[in-house]
Amino acid sequence: MTDDVKNPDDPERRDFLNTVTGVVAGVGVCAAAWPFISSMNPSRDVLSQSSTEVNLKDLKPGEGKTVAWQGKPVFILHRTDQQIENMSSSQGVKDPEADAERVLKPDWLVVIGICTHLGCVPNRVKDGWFCPCHGSAYDNSGRILHGPAPRNLDLPPYEFLTDSTLLIGRSST
Amino acid sequence: MKKITQWIDRRFPMTAFVKKELSEYPTPRNLSAWWNFGSLSGVVLVIQIITGIFLAMHYKPDAMQAFASVEHIMRDVNYGWLIRFMHSTGASAFFALIFIHMARTLYYGSYRAPRELMWWSGQVLLLMLMATAFMGYLLPWGQMSYWGAQVITSLFGAAPFIGEEIVIWLRGDFTVGDATLNRFFALHYLFPFLIVGLVMIHLVALHMVRSSNPSGINLADKDNIPFHPYFTVKDLFGLSVFLLIYAFFVFYSPNLFIEPDNYIPANPLQTPAHIVPEWYFLPFYAILRAVPDLVGGVIAMGVSVMIFAAMPYLDRSKIPGGARYRPIYRVLFYLFVVNVLVLGYVGAKPPEGWLVPLGQVATVIYFSIFVFLPYISKKEEIWLRAKGLPSVVEELICAEEEEKGKRSQRKNRGKE
Repeated sequence: MTDDVKNPDDPERRDFLNTVTGVVAGVGVCAAAWPFISSMNPSRDVLSQSSTEVNLKDLKPGEGKTVAWQGKPVFILHRTDQQIENMSSSQGVKDPEADAERVLKPDWLVVIGICTHLGCVPNRVKDGWFCPCHGSAYDNSGRILHGPAPRNLDLPPYEFLTDSTLLIGRSST
Repeated sequence: MKKITQWIDRRFPMTAFVKKELSEYPTPRNLSAWWNFGSLSGVVLVIQIITGIFLAMHYKPDAMQAFASVEHIMRDVNYGWLIRFMHSTGASAFFALIFIHMARTLYYGSYRAPRELMWWSGQVLLLMLMATAFMGYLLPWGQMSYWGAQVITSLFGAAPFIGEEIVIWLRGDFTVGDATLNRFFALHYLFPFLIVGLVMIHLVALHMVRSSNPSGINLADKDNIPFHPYFTVKDLFGLSVFLLIYAFFVFYSPNLFIEPDNYIPANPLQTPAHIVPEWYFLPFYAILRAVPDLVGGVIAMGVSVMIFAAMPYLDRSKIPGGARYRPIYRVLFYLFVVNVLVLGYVGAKPPEGWLVPLGQVATVIYFSIFVFLPYISKKEEIWLRAKGLPSVVEELICAEEEEKGKRSQRKNRGKE
């Protein structure tokens, strides 16, 4: 027919067409799969709950409360001077970490209240938390003392908007 | 790789199956673009199942939450709008493809022996597709959804004696309600998988009798070519064209097939001023309305869908090749297509003025074509043979008659 199609049975030409078809189809399938994969990620109404504002005014020293952030429990503890002193003088046991590295302000401990072992919510006990599932004990810095949990309680990103307002979910540092 | 294949082949006929049914499956070399719509329908079935499963991850089949959960899919879920529009457009695309697939079968007479079972399994597939589409349409829980379901479930009230009980049983309530929505969702999720099963049977039957072709003659072996690469490439090309059109509607006109009233939440106390079914039900809906009697209308509508199954018996002509070599059948075919379009138009408009008699005339024409087909097709055959067919075709018909005669002789001998 035309001059550039000298040999329509040229195997190289055929291989080239096969490869191009395969590549285009592969890219197309991947591109088509993406919206479906993405649709399983948190939807916008879920993402809108990705930060939680907490009023700290009512919490006297020694008191704590649990708030929900992204559906997860977050322990907030207003620590007494005695508690701060005890915590800053120890390094923890299993997963040593200085208390100063675990808080923005020494008065306020903010940790995610999910046991690092298998995801239960530890209960508040004297001088810390104790997980009812498999017996992991945490101190007032959220550090693991004993039990099967591998590491200290995780810290959420947070910042203080004012002296008495805490925003969990965003961190300026 | 070769070792793995061998390992499997000793336990499961993988290579042999692929060779026989796919790569070397003999396919008539003269298939036109009209033979593309079966595989396209299969692709759309897969699209519908995939998008449907992903929609079900976010949808709530609860009368209080259904409408809001669809809006949640549209606004909050990542690409939820795309998945929903793919699904709603896919439903329309499915019917469009199936109608063309059926029209091709009617035009070329592909329903004739030995392909009756293909045609009948296709007929059952059409009914299942209609049921699935109807139940799916209730799920958004808009005004059209609600009143469409109300009207269609009421149709079963036409059954003698126990009509009312059947309607209440279908709905699980005295009107369409939460119970109805919940069971429609369950069945809407189930039916596509039943359809997949029946499609397998449809394909097994196809591979037994092989594809028909535009000539209407079963081709000699030398006129068949392997499915791969010839028809994989052809079907892929057809698929590309289809996806372009499909994507146009999904991205540029997704609401074309959605009635604006369906963006109003269902209200059991207020019927919309003008209710219409989805476009693919319009011709049948027009037939329902054309009969001025509830029971008669329901029967007419049911028969209008089911009557296609009788085609292998209604068409008595032995001339091969369908409408292509049969001028009178061709006229009937086009008359039927135009008539269905007229019925569709009538079904879309309120039943007022001259549209009422038009719908009735079109309904009479619809059934007349089927009723007179046995007579017309026989007369046409006699006329064409008297006029003189090409000798090849005449020989084919004679050979077929001889074969038939031998078979009945054998049968009679068996009786004695």
